[in-house]
Amino acid sequence: MRSLWALSAVRLKLFFREPGSMFWTFGFPLLVTVALGVAFRNQGQAKAPVAIIAGPGAAEVSAALADQRGVAARVVDAAEAARELRTGEAVLAIESAGPAAPIVFRYDPTRPEALATRRLADDLMQAHAGRRDVLVARDQTQVSRGGRYVDWLVPGLLGLQLLNGAMWGAAFNIVNARQRKLLKRLAATPMRRGDYLLSYRVSGLVFVPLQVLVLFAFARLTFGVVIQGSSLAVLGLAFLGSWAFAGLGLLCASRAQNSETANGLINLVTLPMMVFSGVFFSSSRFPGALQPVIRILPLSAFNEALRHVVNDGASIFSQGFPLAVLAAWTLVTSVLAVRLFRWT
Amino acid sequence: MDAAILIEGLVKRYGDLAAVDGLDLDVQRGECFGLLGPNGAGKTTTVEILEGLNDPTSGRVEVLGRTWSQHPEELRARIGVALQETKLFDRLTVEETLRVFSTFYDGRTVPVETLLAEMQLEEKRGTWVSRLSGGQRQRLAVALGLVGDPEVLFLDEPTTGLDPQSRRALWDTIAALRERGKTVVLTTHYMDEAERLCDRIAIVDHGRRIALGSPAQLIDRIGGAHLVEITTDPPLPPEALADVRGVRAVRAVGDGLSLAIDEPHVALPALMARLAERRAEPTRLVSRTATLDDVFLTLTGRSLRED
Repeated sequence: MRSLWALSAVRLKLFFREPGSMFWTFGFPLLVTVALGVAFRNQGQAKAPVAIIAGPGAAEVSAALADQRGVAARVVDAAEAARELRTGEAVLAIESAGPAAPIVFRYDPTRPEALATRRLADDLMQAHAGRRDVLVARDQTQVSRGGRYVDWLVPGLLGLQLLNGAMWGAAFNIVNARQRKLLKRLAATPMRRGDYLLSYRVSGLVFVPLQVLVLFAFARLTFGVVIQGSSLAVLGLAFLGSWAFAGLGLLCASRAQNSETANGLINLVTLPMMVFSGVFFSSSRFPGALQPVIRILPLSAFNEALRHVVNDGASIFSQGFPLAVLAAWTLVTSVLAVRLFRWT
Repeated sequence: MDAAILIEGLVKRYGDLAAVDGLDLDVQRGECFGLLGPNGAGKTTTVEILEGLNDPTSGRVEVLGRTWSQHPEELRARIGVALQETKLFDRLTVEETLRVFSTFYDGRTVPVETLLAEMQLEEKRGTWVSRLSGGQRQRLAVALGLVGDPEVLFLDEPTTGLDPQSRRALWDTIAALRERGKTVVLTTHYMDEAERLCDRIAIVDHGRRIALGSPAQLIDRIGGAHLVEITTDPPLPPEALADVRGVRAVRAVGDGLSLAIDEPHVALPALMARLAERRAEPTRLVSRTATLDDVFLTLTGRSLRED
C-alpha cells in the first residue's frame, strides 16, 4: 500500500509541476467553451439576410420587407446578390421586374433557413400587396432552460476533456516511461507492478473532481450553464467515464515502444470519437444505420448520459444503457490491457 | 566462498542473431566482477537476464542460489540495479525519488540520509532530477540500486558518457562498496575501469567469453606486464628479437614490432645490444605498461575501442 500512495503522490506532483499539462487539462477546455459559446450564442431574434436585386420592382419589395421581424433586406445589384448567395451573406435573393411580372426567389434549398425565409418574405409581400389572412393567430414564445447550444456543448467538452486526460495524460505518459526505460527500472525493483498502474486511477480521484468543478463553475459564471440534475450524479458519471477512457488509454499504452506509435494509436482512437460521439455537434446528424455503432462508443455513451443529467435533469438511474456501455468498456479494456502490458 | 551468480551455457537469440552465444560464468560473493567487451558483445543482454528483465533462450542462470522463474519476488528484493542510462521522473527531486523507491522494499532499506551521504548527493537532495549533471545522475542511479540493501549490485556501464572527474568520483564510490563486501557485477567497455575496480574480469566478444581472470592474470597471458613497441631501420623480422633475454613474446604490429617483457631493466639493455649486433637503428621506441586493451587485441586482433 505504501508504494501505491507514494506512486500516486508522484503522479500528482509531476502533474502540478508541469505547467503545460495544467493548461491542457484545465485551461484549454475553458477556452473552447468561451470560443464556441460566443460564436453560437442565441442572438435574440435572428434576422435572415435578404438581398433585393435592383430593378423596376425593387422599391415595392423593399417597402414590404422593411422593419419586419425575421428579415433584414438590402437592395443590391444582380452581381452582388449572386455573390452574397454563394457566400451565405444572403440566404435569399428577390427579383421583381415590376407590378405585373412574377416575383423570382433565388436561394439554395440545401440551406436550412433558406426555405423558411422564402416563405416569410412571400407572406410579407402578399400582405403588403393587400392579401387578408383568413385565420387569426397569436405567438407565444419561450426560451427553454438548458436548451442553448452552450448548455448542450459543455457536457460534451467534459467528455472530451476526460478522454484526452486518459489518452494524452496517462497513456502517453506510460509509453514515454517505457521508452525512457523507467518502466524497466521500476520492474527491476520488488514494487508490486499493479501499484504503478493503479496509481493513475488513484490520482484520478483528485483530477476528475477538479476537472468537473473547474469546467462547470466556469460555464456557470460565464454563460449561466446550470446542472439541472444531481451534481453527485455528474461526479459519479465523470468517474465512470474516466475509468472507461483510462482502460482504453492503457490498452493503447500496453505495448507501444515509442511516443510516435503511441501518438498514432491515440489519434486513431480519439479522432473518430471527436467526430461521431457528438462533442461539438449532435451525432443524430449521422445516418440511422450508423447510430447503433455510435451509441456504443464510450464517449457517445458518456455524453448521452451526462447530457440527460445536466440538460434534462434526468436521474442517473434512468441511464441504464449508457452506464452499461461504459462499464463494459472499462472491464474489457482494463483486463485486456493488463494482460498485454509490457514493462520492457 | 559460495557463488553469488552461476551461468551455464547461456544463449539469447533475437531471430538469427545470437546476442549471447553459450556463456559460462560464476561470480563469487563479495567480489567485484567485470564484464568487459566492445559495444554489442552481449554484456547488457547478459546483465538484463541476470536482473530478471530478459528471458534466456536456453541455459541455466542462478542468482543467490535462486532462479528467476521460481523466485522472482525474492530475487528482486535481494538485488540492486543501475541500468545503462535510466531516465527517472524528471520533475521529482533527488530525495523524493529515493523515498519513492524506498517504499518498494518491504524489508530493511538503507535510510535515505545514509544514501545521500554515501553518494555525495546531500547538497542536491532538493534538486529536480532533470537538473542534475551526468555524474550526479549516475550517482543517484547507483544510490537507487542500493536502496534495498542488496546482496548483489548490477551496474551496467556506470561511467559511460561521464567526464573524467565524475568517472573517478564514481570509481571511488564503487571501490568503497567492494570494500564493504558487496558483490558487484559491472559491465564496461573501458579497460582502465575494469582494471581498477574488478577482482576478476570476463572478456566477452560476440556473446562468448574469450578470457577470464584477474586483471593481472589476463595481462600476464600476453606474456608480460610491459610492452615495448619498436620500429627499426632496417626493419627486423620478429624472430630476430624472440630470443633476447627477458623478452616473452614478439608480434609484428604495423611496420614495427611489439615485445612483451617482464622486467624492463633486464630486457631493455639486452634489446639494445641485440640491435647493435644486427646493425639496426631504432627509429621509434616506446615502453609502456600492458593494458587489458592489449589483451583484447592479442585475443581478437581488434581493439576494444574500434566500435
